[in-house]
Amino acid sequence: MLVFAAGSLLPGDLGRNILGNFASERDVAIFNHNAGVDRPLITQYVDWITSFLRGDLGTSFQYQVSVSSLLGTSFVNSLKLAAVAFLIVVPLSIIGGTVSGLRRNSFSDRAITITGVSFTAIPEFVTAIVFILFFGLWLGWLPVSATAPDGSNILTQVKYLLLPSFALVAVLFGYIARITRASVIESVDADYTRTAYLKGLTRKQVVGRHVLRNSLLPTIAVVATQVGYLIGGLLVIEKLFNYNGIGLRIYTAAVNKDYPMLQSGVLLVGIVYLLATLVADVLYSLLNPRIRFGGDQ
Amino acid sequence: MSAMTDDAAGFEPSAGLVPSEAKIARREMVRQLLHSKTFIVGNIVVGFWVFWAIAGSRLTPHDPLEQTSNILKAPSTAYWFGTDQFGRDIFSRVLAGASSTLTVAPLATLLAIVCGTAVGLVTGYYGGIADDTISRFVDAVLALPLIVIAVMVLTALGSSNVTLILVIGLVFTPPVSRTVRATVLGERQLDYVQAAQLRGERGPYIMFVEILPNIMGPIVVEATVRLGYAIFAIAGLTFLGFGVQPPSPDWSLQISENYTLLASGTYWWTVLFACVAIATLVIGVNLVADGLQQVVDE
Repeated sequence: MLVFAAGSLLPGDLGRNILGNFASERDVAIFNHNAGVDRPLITQYVDWITSFLRGDLGTSFQYQVSVSSLLGTSFVNSLKLAAVAFLIVVPLSIIGGTVSGLRRNSFSDRAITITGVSFTAIPEFVTAIVFILFFGLWLGWLPVSATAPDGSNILTQVKYLLLPSFALVAVLFGYIARITRASVIESVDADYTRTAYLKGLTRKQVVGRHVLRNSLLPTIAVVATQVGYLIGGLLVIEKLFNYNGIGLRIYTAAVNKDYPMLQSGVLLVGIVYLLATLVADVLYSLLNPRIRFGGDQ
Repeated sequence: MSAMTDDAAGFEPSAGLVPSEAKIARREMVRQLLHSKTFIVGNIVVGFWVFWAIAGSRLTPHDPLEQTSNILKAPSTAYWFGTDQFGRDIFSRVLAGASSTLTVAPLATLLAIVCGTAVGLVTGYYGGIADDTISRFVDAVLALPLIVIAVMVLTALGSSNVTLILVIGLVFTPPVSRTVRATVLGERQLDYVQAAQLRGERGPYIMFVEILPNIMGPIVVEATVRLGYAIFAIAGLTFLGFGVQPPSPDWSLQISENYTLLASGTYWWTVLFACVAIATLVIGVNLVADGLQQVVDE
């Protein structure tokens, strides 16, 4: 509903925006009538939400084809890019966070923390451009375009997605590693870890069974919250690489005032975000016996 | 002299001679900040850019907006950082580019902090229905990525520095209010608040005169952290074309105007220096935030 409101209630004559300043009043009125935007807002809203629930996302003003056909491919493309980024960043930052948590205040801890904090703060298109310059243009290791040629196999596709995902990885690494580090430190200091050592377990066993298992919980929670950031990051990165994903769709729709496309795109993004949060909650409770068994509440 | 004044003051030591507890605490905080390397380095970097934001085109070697026939020249002694596709001096543009970011981001942050603190105080102090309603609304807003909301609203309203400040300020209000609310919840239980309530003080007085000064630490930390995020968000929006508009020498704008030239592998100077400028500014702001956070948390 918020999505609909933001799209429709704000000022701006739709027909005027699409047809340009030189269109006649009559053309604008006809366009507005066909698009249904001259009806009362409440009817529009009811219409929109019912057809959305039926899976009909309306017709794109810009392309004059159904929104769902365009969004489908873009959505899959974005998922691919996000998957590559997540597959790199999650293991990397958990390892990084664990190393710096276990060797608190050592040189490697400082190096990891400072790198993480710095990269997190730098806008993704800035890191992306620096990566493009170094790895793409000067060293020539990676293709600078994100879109692999048609019909290429998975490995080639992944290779094309590496450069765009690096920038997202750079932003996410700092957050996830910082949380992992904090929770590793907390569980290293906990009584159960001391008990485990006193029991005579080796360091490896203690870290694997006690420290890691306990400190991964907050990490999972933070990974889920970062899905929201990731979607925003996709918007910028997909524009930069001109990669046909959901972010580029939302961007183009916004530039062209293609409201059905914009609303559906944003709504889709909202749903994905909610789903991610839900999955994280479920995972969290599966891994945490205190929540699974109802605990002491 | 001092002995006499002490005698004269009798049982009540005057505030000028015996510093109040708050003053000692503040002095201690400043002392710790001056010992924090991250805080100092961060301030030097941010200070450098603030200087250029204020000095702007008055001190740059060339006019950052002046177009010449020397287009896309590589860095040389005449043009230290080279020139762009309109023959503008990039060195001057990078220095003058600080001003747009350093006007829009702090103002947006200020707006977010003021609104967020007010909302956070009210929801945290009163609780009840107001808290429930506002908190649900905050959750709903936070359910969408900030940049996506900003793109939608800026699409509808059109982009200018003023709309940019308003949008970023309002989009950042919910997360600020959440932090402030959490802090107020902890503070509300303390004796001094109960004492004020027993004295019969009104809600607004307790919130703004009693509680607010005591939670300034977390609010200042929140403000610096938010400033980092605001620069980040504004840079992204400007890059997409929804933020600061041409012909401003804004860094993100420079990057978005020139990055398509990169494909050929040359002309790296048109974007790289602006990239370095943004990077140093955000890292500087984050170092300041980190330094503050450590001192306030102790």
